[in-house]
Amino acid sequence: MNADGMRGGGRTLAAVDPAPEPPRVGPGAVLRQWFHGEHGVAPIVVGLVLVWVVLAAIAPDFLSAENLVNLTLQSVPVGVIALGVVLVLLVGQIDLSVGSVSGLAAAIVAVGTVTAGWPFALGVLVALACGMAVGLVYGVLSTRLGLPSFVITLAGLLFFAGVQLRVLGPLGSINLPFESWFVRAVQQGFLDPRVAWVLVAVWVLAYLGTQIWARERRRRAELSCVPWSQVVLRTGALALVLSATVGYLSTARGVGYSVVLFVVLVIIADVALRRTRWGRSVRAVGSDRRAALLSGVAVHRTVVSCFVACTTLAALGGILAAGRLGAANQGTGGADTYLTAIAAAVIGGTSLFGGRGSAWSALLGVLVIQSVANGLTLLDLDQATRFMVTGAVLLGAIIVDMLVRRRRQEA
Amino acid sequence: MNESIEPGSALPRTPAGPVVSLRGVSKRFGGVRALVDVDVDVHEHEVLAVVGDNGAGKSTLAGVLAGAHRPDSGQVLVDGAPVVLDSPAAARALGIATVFQELALVNDLDVVENLFLGHEVGRGGFLDEVEMERRAWQVLDQLAASVPSVRDPVRTLSGGQRQVIAVARALLGSPRVVVLDEPTASLGVRQTAQVLNLITRLRARGHAVVLVSHQAGDLQAVADRILVLRLGRVHGTYTGETSYEDLLAAMTGAVRPSPGRR
Repeated sequence: MNADGMRGGGRTLAAVDPAPEPPRVGPGAVLRQWFHGEHGVAPIVVGLVLVWVVLAAIAPDFLSAENLVNLTLQSVPVGVIALGVVLVLLVGQIDLSVGSVSGLAAAIVAVGTVTAGWPFALGVLVALACGMAVGLVYGVLSTRLGLPSFVITLAGLLFFAGVQLRVLGPLGSINLPFESWFVRAVQQGFLDPRVAWVLVAVWVLAYLGTQIWARERRRRAELSCVPWSQVVLRTGALALVLSATVGYLSTARGVGYSVVLFVVLVIIADVALRRTRWGRSVRAVGSDRRAALLSGVAVHRTVVSCFVACTTLAALGGILAAGRLGAANQGTGGADTYLTAIAAAVIGGTSLFGGRGSAWSALLGVLVIQSVANGLTLLDLDQATRFMVTGAVLLGAIIVDMLVRRRRQEA
Repeated sequence: MNESIEPGSALPRTPAGPVVSLRGVSKRFGGVRALVDVDVDVHEHEVLAVVGDNGAGKSTLAGVLAGAHRPDSGQVLVDGAPVVLDSPAAARALGIATVFQELALVNDLDVVENLFLGHEVGRGGFLDEVEMERRAWQVLDQLAASVPSVRDPVRTLSGGQRQVIAVARALLGSPRVVVLDEPTASLGVRQTAQVLNLITRLRARGHAVVLVSHQAGDLQAVADRILVLRLGRVHGTYTGETSYEDLLAAMTGAVRPSPGRR
């Protein structure tokens, strides 16, 4: 999906050194790059397929269209939170409080709209603004005072869990009106299949267009170009994945509005990370903060922006969770939410130590985790099994990631 | 201390005055006097080596030129006019680019990303990768650098190649003065030769090069003048032909008659 088309600027110059390794080109190289590239998503895609095969074997209902629609809907709230976690991890920080912040946002929306009678949009805006403010405080504490984000956000986890309980009040649970447009959109809003196909076509054509355009500019600048076969192959793969998804989901309820929102957010984050100055700063700061500073990167601003993006996305995730449940209660965003979100980001291939990762790792990671949870629920297995299996998957993902990385360094 | 070099020494004389001069510059860190009343002139088309033992004030001198340290007293002149170098950005804007000893490269970013980090070329809000890659090749061509791919992370490059990338980044702003702080300290023999080669090319292109090092032997290969610092003071300025023993004597203070000294 995001295998960058610009690697291997294959030009070797008058060498002072003995001739360096020539750039590899060929179908094998393309595959190798998919597996070993800096943002290689291939290992996690293989992992996801493996999980699905195993689950399909032991729970035949797992791969039914209706169940996969459920799976996509279940993945959205934690996925949105995980996307924020990816951003803080990339910049070399962590946010343990995403669960509490999401719960607080859900509580604010519920109390605002149900108890205080605000219009729904206002409730959402206030909740998002609170999320943003929390991130701003974290960012300032982290950059101005130099406190470790692990500790700041651990304090935030406790503090905002308390605020969430206080906002919810003695009842501890508030039902959102079932007929409100938001709850309906989140629970029962699905794209008309025709619209879905149009979106698929737009996406594939936009992808193909950018590839051709970039290739043409590179050709004119006399830089190395990716072979046409690769452009066709990639576009074909994207078209295949999207068509299969939309086609299969449409045999049941289809693609939910919230799923579309999540995917759009991932695309925006991906483009921002790879194609803007901000994204470059994020990776530079996460990889080597001092070098970034000496190079003139606005380190503080970059770190603060990632905290703000993370807590805002956490708030949005909480709002979506409340919409999906039709209620905000003391459990919203509690228990394992933050652990699941962080695990999703890491399973998806984002490094815990900053600098390496991709926005797509949020989507892929959350699909793995939710697939396991969903499949085990189909088998009537309990929470205990779910935790243990998810833990094992997380460990397995990290081991695979490390092995791939080690092999790449030896190569 | 004015560098009126002995007649007969084979030095390229610059027609204009010095590009950068320090006049009576002193800097102390707490109780340590890192630089005491230092005068230096840096000319175009010239490699000025700054040598000295550990703690002689070499890196402080580089830091003053880089804008990383502000002198406590004394003046910094660019083209004869007094200036204030209070940040690396300010120094850069005045045409002085510095390659720090630690290089300040980001390992996970590729060569192009590193070259333009903090100064990316944009196009309608997005990065212009094509333009940056084109310019990257241009500057690497100028240095006759050998880099297998500009899209490999710099973590995969050798020490010498990393040094070249750091120098290339300094050159992107078309500086007049390039300050190199211990560029060969962590390099092997062949890579050191490569970097010294690079330095002579910089001189040929008309840059003024300030080369800070404690490896006196290497410097004699490329330096036009050698400034010896000892305990924060300028101990003397020598020609590039000065023998190793004489330099060593000057650096350590074991005085002996030195024919190269003025």
